[in-house]
Amino acid sequence: MKKRNYNLIFGIIITTFVVILLTIGIFWTPYDPDMMNVKLRLTGPSPEHILGCDNFGRDIFSRVLKGGVSTLWISVFTVLFGLVCGVIVGAFTGYYGGVLDEVVMRLNDVLNSFPSILFSLVIVSLLGPGKKNVVIALGLLFIPSFARITRSEFSRIKNMDYVKCAKLEGVPPLRIMFVHILPNAVNTLLSTTAIGFNNAVLAEASLSFLGIGVQPPDPSLGRMLAESQTYLFSAPWYTLSAGGMIILLVLGFGLLSDGLGDIE
Amino acid sequence: MSDNIVNVENLNVWYGKPQIFGRGKRVQVLHDVSFYLRRGEILGLVGESGCGKSTLARTILGIEKDKTGTITLNTYRPQMVFQNPYGSLNPYKKVGWIIEEPLRVLNKYDGKERKKRVCELLERVGLPESYLQRYPDELSGGQRQRVAIAAALIQQPELIFLDEPVSALDVTVQAQILRLLIDIKKQFNLSYLFISHDLNVIYQICDRVMVMKKGEIVEQGEIESVYYHPQHPYTQQLLTE
Repeated sequence: MKKRNYNLIFGIIITTFVVILLTIGIFWTPYDPDMMNVKLRLTGPSPEHILGCDNFGRDIFSRVLKGGVSTLWISVFTVLFGLVCGVIVGAFTGYYGGVLDEVVMRLNDVLNSFPSILFSLVIVSLLGPGKKNVVIALGLLFIPSFARITRSEFSRIKNMDYVKCAKLEGVPPLRIMFVHILPNAVNTLLSTTAIGFNNAVLAEASLSFLGIGVQPPDPSLGRMLAESQTYLFSAPWYTLSAGGMIILLVLGFGLLSDGLGDIE
Repeated sequence: MSDNIVNVENLNVWYGKPQIFGRGKRVQVLHDVSFYLRRGEILGLVGESGCGKSTLARTILGIEKDKTGTITLNTYRPQMVFQNPYGSLNPYKKVGWIIEEPLRVLNKYDGKERKKRVCELLERVGLPESYLQRYPDELSGGQRQRVAIAAALIQQPELIFLDEPVSALDVTVQAQILRLLIDIKKQFNLSYLFISHDLNVIYQICDRVMVMKKGEIVEQGEIESVYYHPQHPYTQQLLTE
């Protein structure tokens, strides 16, 4: 009897749940996430406010939804940015090899050797805080890993007979790279993308936690975690809801990518 | 000589170039190779594995660059059929796409005409039209080799290099593919350089044969004379085995 792929099953369940929740969050939240109500300050979960209220009396459930949505968008764009740039860099270095490969890969190592948080701090402080700049800072950090994977796939596949065939047929190099080789590298890139997405969620949360990510009054999961520290004992539901959302996001995609990896 | 489709004189080829930090050394793979291939003939190239047979084909096709000597090609864009039919077809593309690709790249004909030519050729190599929509994974080795032959033929070349085209196939399929190769050679007026380590296959199909040993051609001539009156001890040894 084949062992059940629990990673995949739970990954799908959690991810579906989170995605449905956040899709609803894009269009509708039970309350205005920015509406303050001093009377409800730090009240616990109740039928009206299922996750309670924060230190300004704002509905935590609404804020978790909105914050989750902005984390999701930032992560998606970060990964896309890193993926597109990384694939282009990796494709050229892997396909052509030689001096270009050596130089670009050493630059890659340099980029990789900075602690990621430090590096994004530098970039964000140069560009100023805000969603767009967080995407740029984190996206740059994601280039090396995608470039490395793409490069190794390309330098393996370029020696296959069908690529040699294509060269003999007179197919131009760019077409060989992106039409002939790239589809063969998609599987590997997909699982890297899933892992990269996890890292992006965590990195965005850390940046917002440090106060250089999403700016108030926009809700953000990392920021909520930072604010809730003060009320850890008086209002534990505040921390738990923000942290719980991050955990659900990361766990869901992590299990999903593990499960997908087990299939092949 | 205009009736020679390929003329090669004193060809030397090296592998491995000195790298930035001095790793790797340059090894000579082909030594002073000279031969010719007449228009419309099948020239066999026989020798044990690793002796430089494929290198010779790859050099003439321009894949290997580190060489001295002269190569005269009196034809436009020769094609090659590779040994391993499991590696020579892109696994993520459909058969129709693979065969059509050279035409698409050269921007020859409009879409309809291209499709028509692909269909005709697929039928010519003995596969039904429904195979256009299949992926290489769904084909057997022999069927894949037929697709590879069709992909080589679509550009209407005059010269095709066959690098052990049947050695990865089982015997009955081998015979079918050889038959197909002979038929299309007649129909399209092709010339072949047929590389193989199998003397029987060479004997069945070739007009002339070259024997290669460690990057040198030790003997070449008409197939009958080489097989019945081998001059070089290496050829004699190969034939007695």
